[in-house]
Amino acid sequence: MALQEKSKGFKDADMQSVIGWILRGGVIVSMTVVVIGGVLFLWHHGHSTPDFGTFNKIPYFISSPEGIFAGVIHGRGQAIIQLGIIILIATPILRVIFAVIAFALEKDRLYALISLIVLFIILASMLTGRIG
Amino acid sequence: MTVILFTAIILLGSYFAGLLGSLTGLGGGFIIIPLLTLVLHVDIHYAIGASIVSVIATSSGAAAAYVKEGITNIRLGMFLEIATTIGAFTGAVLAVYVPPSYIAIIFGAILITSAIMSLREKVDHIVTRQTNFAKRLKLGGTFPDQGKTISYGVTHVAGGFFMMIFAGLISGLLGIGSGALKVVAMDNVMRIPFKVSTTTSNFMIGVTAAASAVVYIQRGYIHPGIVMPVVVGVLLGALSGSKILVQSTSSGWLRWLFASIITIIAFQMIYNGFAGKI
Repeated sequence: MALQEKSKGFKDADMQSVIGWILRGGVIVSMTVVVIGGVLFLWHHGHSTPDFGTFNKIPYFISSPEGIFAGVIHGRGQAIIQLGIIILIATPILRVIFAVIAFALEKDRLYALISLIVLFIILASMLTGRIG
Repeated sequence: MTVILFTAIILLGSYFAGLLGSLTGLGGGFIIIPLLTLVLHVDIHYAIGASIVSVIATSSGAAAAYVKEGITNIRLGMFLEIATTIGAFTGAVLAVYVPPSYIAIIFGAILITSAIMSLREKVDHIVTRQTNFAKRLKLGGTFPDQGKTISYGVTHVAGGFFMMIFAGLISGLLGIGSGALKVVAMDNVMRIPFKVSTTTSNFMIGVTAAASAVVYIQRGYIHPGIVMPVVVGVLLGALSGSKILVQSTSSGWLRWLFASIITIIAFQMIYNGFAGKI
């Protein structure tokens, strides 16, 4: 790409295309999984009555990774949707992990460190998520 | 009402939310949360959870295209993501302690502010000199514009950084992308060209939303039965919106119409918050 400076151009352009690829791929894969789960969910539960008026968390069987995994194996719609949602949430996080690697490859230590800090904040958020 | 009908209504409503969000540049969350809470009487916690997931979908989809075009400033985005993720994490934790009626009122206030900001004349800045701090962080960059390469600098890094913590906080607390606040931080404070600030803001929204989504999902805010129609609808709506934008730039009266609709929705949220109905 002509718009980049020659010295760093090649790798920055590389990074842009991989990041674009990660984001696009993540959205396509996650949406496919969500739609498959959605069809199964409506097939089995389409005629029951929804109740979202009061906050009652989510069904127990999808409130742990093990539960979601077991649900997906048994073809349960809500578990498959939840898997798709997790893939979607993981997409930008994967993009940050890739940025750490890409900046390290470019020998841009400052930005490898900055990307690592962002990753740690998200991890801290993930680990303290249940508290409170 | 059966689950099928409920899903169909949310799917249709989310489609228009995504379309309107894309046309106004405010994002789908602004319409989806009032739709779920005011019209369908869904608990606001589920609405926030569904909204944040749809925010990740639309911003990742759009960012994928912008990043490849080389307009997005990845370094600037990564640096400011430190601020937005700290804010988002704090906001998501606070959301547990803030009563739902307060959240509705804050939501309305932010909505009005964003509607006003979407009406203002946009002044494009290009700073050629930048502060030492910005230089050391390599925040300046270049972007392609009509075949030419335009270079720009960045100023007021600290001010922009603090504004981004606030944008992240609001995003985590309300479950929205808060793209309007991010653009203000970059346009008005850091003096970044408009094309770069909108695309870089979009690039950051996904990571910011993910930082609060990892909290929400463990707290049971992200319910598959609601998220499924919301995320599919908003994404399809946003896709349609991006196609329309290519064909015609939104005219003055259209922007006023959108801003008026959004202001009415905002007052509804504030009223229901004060009345304790949310």
